[in-house]
Parts: sequence; C-alpha cells; structure tokens
Amino acid sequence: MAGIWVYAEHKDGKVKKVAFEILTEAKKLAEKKGEPLCGVLIGSDVEGMVPSVGAYGAEKVYCVETECLDKYTTNGFTKALCDLIEQEKPTIVLFGASVNGKDLSARVAGKLGLGLATDCTGIDLDDAGKLQVHRPMFAGKVYADVTFADKTPQMASVRPNVLPVAEPDESRTPEVAKVVADVKPEDIGLEVTEVIKTGGEKPDLTEAEIIVSGGRGMKGPENYQILEELADVLDGIVGASRAAVDAGWRAQSDQVGQSGKVVTPNLYIACGISGAIQHLAGMGTSKVIVAINKDPEAPIFKKADYGVVDDLFKVVPVLTEECKKLKAE
Amino acid sequence: MEIIVCLKQVPDTEAEIRPTSDNTEINYEGIKFVINVYDEYAVEEALRLKEKVGEGTVTIVTLGPERAVESIRTALAMGADKAVHLDDPAFLEGDPYTTAKALAKAIEGMNYDLIFCGMRAIDDDSFQVGHILAELLGLPSVMGILKFELSDDKKKATVHRQVEGGTEVLEVPLPAVLGATKGLNEPRYPSLPGIMKAKKKELKPVKLGDVGLSEDQVGKQGALTQVVKFSLPPVRQAGKIIEGETPEEKAANLAKLLREEAKAI
Repeated sequence: MAGIWVYAEHKDGKVKKVAFEILTEAKKLAEKKGEPLCGVLIGSDVEGMVPSVGAYGAEKVYCVETECLDKYTTNGFTKALCDLIEQEKPTIVLFGASVNGKDLSARVAGKLGLGLATDCTGIDLDDAGKLQVHRPMFAGKVYADVTFADKTPQMASVRPNVLPVAEPDESRTPEVAKVVADVKPEDIGLEVTEVIKTGGEKPDLTEAEIIVSGGRGMKGPENYQILEELADVLDGIVGASRAAVDAGWRAQSDQVGQSGKVVTPNLYIACGISGAIQHLAGMGTSKVIVAINKDPEAPIFKKADYGVVDDLFKVVPVLTEECKKLKAE
Repeated sequence: MEIIVCLKQVPDTEAEIRPTSDNTEINYEGIKFVINVYDEYAVEEALRLKEKVGEGTVTIVTLGPERAVESIRTALAMGADKAVHLDDPAFLEGDPYTTAKALAKAIEGMNYDLIFCGMRAIDDDSFQVGHILAELLGLPSVMGILKFELSDDKKKATVHRQVEGGTEVLEVPLPAVLGATKGLNEPRYPSLPGIMKAKKKELKPVKLGDVGLSEDQVGKQGALTQVVKFSLPPVRQAGKIIEGETPEEKAANLAKLLREEAKAI
C-alpha cells in the first residue's frame, strides 16, 4: 500500500506538536496524491496516542511496538522503521526535525539508501507527484528548493513551529495497525545508561514558541536571572548569543546562530545582542523579533520588528511586570 | 589507537552567502574557507585521545575540491598524522548519501578503532553524513557528543549526547562513528612548528577509481536529492523603535504593542 507517512515522535506519552504540524500539511499532499495519510508510532506502549494522531488527519496509524523500544535508540528505532517501510512501501516519509527525528531519519536514509532533506520549512509535490521541499542552508543565509531521485520513499524532516497546525477533530477514528517490531536488545548495539535532565519540562530552543535571548550586553552569568524571569512569565525559554556562550555564561546548548541552533519561535526577544551575521542567520525566521540594546547602531535593529534603544537592565524587569499584568487580564 | 576524523571545509561563518545570478549554485567568489567548526572539535578530541592512550595515528579523511587541502593542512598542523583527500571532480556536487558512500569506501580499506566527525556541517546543515557513513560501515553512531571517555580495555566508550532538555549517557562499543558538538573540548591552534611539520606529512589523493565506485554512484549523478534552485530569504525590514521618555515607559509601550499589534504574547 502506498501512502504518505508521518513519524509521530512522542515524549512522556504525548505526541510532539511538530508531528501535528506535519500531519496538517501532509494531509493536503495526501489528498493531492490520492494516497492515504498514515501516522507511525514506535515504542513499547504507544496505542494510547493513536487518537491524537488520528485527530490531525491520519487515516491509519501503525503502532510499532516491542519491549526494548521503551526508550529511543538510533539502531533500535531505525530497524523497526526500516522493516515497516520495506514491508508497506510508502511513497513519502516525513519526520519532525527534532534531535531524535534528525537522528532517526538520517540512519534510515543510510540503511535503505533513500534521499532525505533535513529541517525543511516547506513541503510540496512536484508535477510528477514526487516530494519537493524548501529548506534553509548556511543557517538560513540562503534557501534551497530540493528535488528527489526516482526512488521511494522520499524522505524529509520538517522544522518545528513553521507549518500551521489544524484544529484537531477528535471524532475521527483511524484504522490501527499493530506491528510487533522484530528488534532485540542485541540489535541496538549500545546502551543508554542514564538521562540527565537540565532543562526540566521546557522544550528545546528549536521547538520553543518564545525565546528570550541574551548576549554580551548581559555582562555576566548572574544577570540572566532577569531573562529567566521574563521567559517564565511568557512561557518561553532563554537562549544566548555565541559571545555569551564563549564567555562561559550560558551552556552551549543555549546558543542561537550558525554554529549553534537555528530557531523559529513566534517571538524572539534579543537583549544586549548586537546582531552578528551568524546570529542573525540563526534567528532571522522568527515571526516577531524584538531587540533591546543601548547601542542604536547595533545591526540587530535592522532586523527587529520592535526596537528599544535603552539599558536592558532597566527595560527587562519592567517588561516582565507589564507582561505579567497583561497576562492576568 | 587508529583514529579517523572526517573533516569538511566550509565557508567561514562571517561570509555572506549568495546564489549565482541563475540561482543554480552558490557564488563562492571571494569567500574565505575554514574547517567546519564541529569537525574542529572532532580533530581535537582525536588528538587528545591519541595523546592519552600514548600511541596511534590520527588520519584526516576529506572529500572536497582542491582548495580543501588548505583545511587538511591546518588539521595536520594541529597534530594529525596523515590525511586522505577524496579529490576527484566526480565526487563533487553530490548529496549527503553520495558523500557518505565515497567516504565509507575510502575508510573501508583502512585500519581504524574509532571515527570522529562533526555532528553536522554548517554549510548544508544536513545532519546526515555521520549516520549514513556508520550505517554503510555497519557501525553504531552517536551524534552530538559533549563528553567522551574511553574504557580501560579500549573496547567501548562512554559518551554524553545532547538531547532536548538535557543529556543522555550512552555506552557504545567501538569502533563507532561519533559526531562532536560544541562543548566537547576547546580546539587548539596550529603551532608554528606544527605548521612546518604539516608540510611534510602524508596527504594521499584518492580518485574515483581508487575507491571502486563508478561515476553514476557518486557526486551529482548518484545523488538521491538535488538542489534545483537557491534563493535568498525574504528581506526583513527594520520595524518600529519604541517611543518613551524613560526605560519604564518604553517597556510598557513594548508590552502593549506585543499584545495588541503583534499578538505575540
């Protein structure tokens, strides 16, 4: 059976939002192509997530399960997905461009010799019905339209927060295909011995809807507290420029830019960031950009929708209070 | 330890990147090239491991045009022992799959205990070559490693992998392909004696025939994906500068605009 597949990545028993974004867009492609839209859940106990995948348009949901898939491992999930692809022969497979989505899709591409485009911001079909995608390169300094060779499935991972998500329709009941994955512990080849949580329940920067970022103008690690407070009020998370990371003020996983993370939040608030070309590339596709900086000549103001030329240490705490008031209304 | 490091030469992050006038290629004229930042961490980790173990060889493997030699020499000047350069026009203009395939074929015949690479290249941002290479060589792969520790028997490694909201600790049997990320180490600069020595180190060019692949399996012909058009992102115009007599007033005005106009909070 042909079909357009969406890999429904899940965390803590919930399907990630990016999967719903992709399902929404892929539904249109499936209709154009006249093929079913299917979701794929992989894990040790995933059936409870079927309704949410169905609510965003999947007609059929594969539940690929076995005990040793209880946590994500590259080889375990790759084997489970490759076996299913070979058996069911979908025409297109789409992933969220999360850490594990990028990990899994690349290894599947290697194992089955399939074309894969990473971190796409647009997905469509060409005249022949093949996948065609739009993706940033050089952290967003240029974009590329990418086509695929005549080989199926064509695969792409899609950046979180870019595609709009449809209203879920809970009345839909998808067909459920239960698959016992033929994966044994020895197929996994390595062992995850520990998971150290640092970010708590917060999403990754690449998936965050609001980012409050600080640069050299923060003057020291202790001052990030005021950004943390603003981020807390806005349900956002804190990012950093390369200068702040290189100074040792923030963890490198917080870095936004060409040699850090490329982000697409709804709102990006840059505090004390001048706006080097590498940083602008990494956050340039944010929907709304705010810059707070004392230097009116800072390049960031040329990209910002709203600029505040003033001392961030005076502006940010008041902004936090004002946002708190507005949120309470 | 025999350690291989896969290294890519990329445009400097300072570079402005533009397509050619027909939008089918990137215009690399006047652009400075450097070692991909993530690959620098890979080179550094390999050198540290060799120093710690006290014996072995660090071999750089690069696929790229003639100019990539400059970056290979830099890695040799940092302390790598020798290099292999997949230097044939047929290898170029491919995709992550054909690149990994050519690298795998070149590495297959080599002696190695471990392969380091960068978790991604900062030009095409594909996040693929390390995993595909590992798959083709039948090895485990872990990308985005922040910490690396070799076991006493040198048969496995404990690595920390960056994931959303934290890190995972994994035990990986060797050989494996490990993709470095920022935070793993602080790469050294090439020293002057290192630069002098690098000139005499072995740098072996590898042609298409040497790896036993045909032209339709690599480069543009073998690629499974192809860029048909490049474009520049839409230009962002500078927006409003928030008015106000005091910082407090500006902050209040900003919050109001974000709520009412931008509908962002």
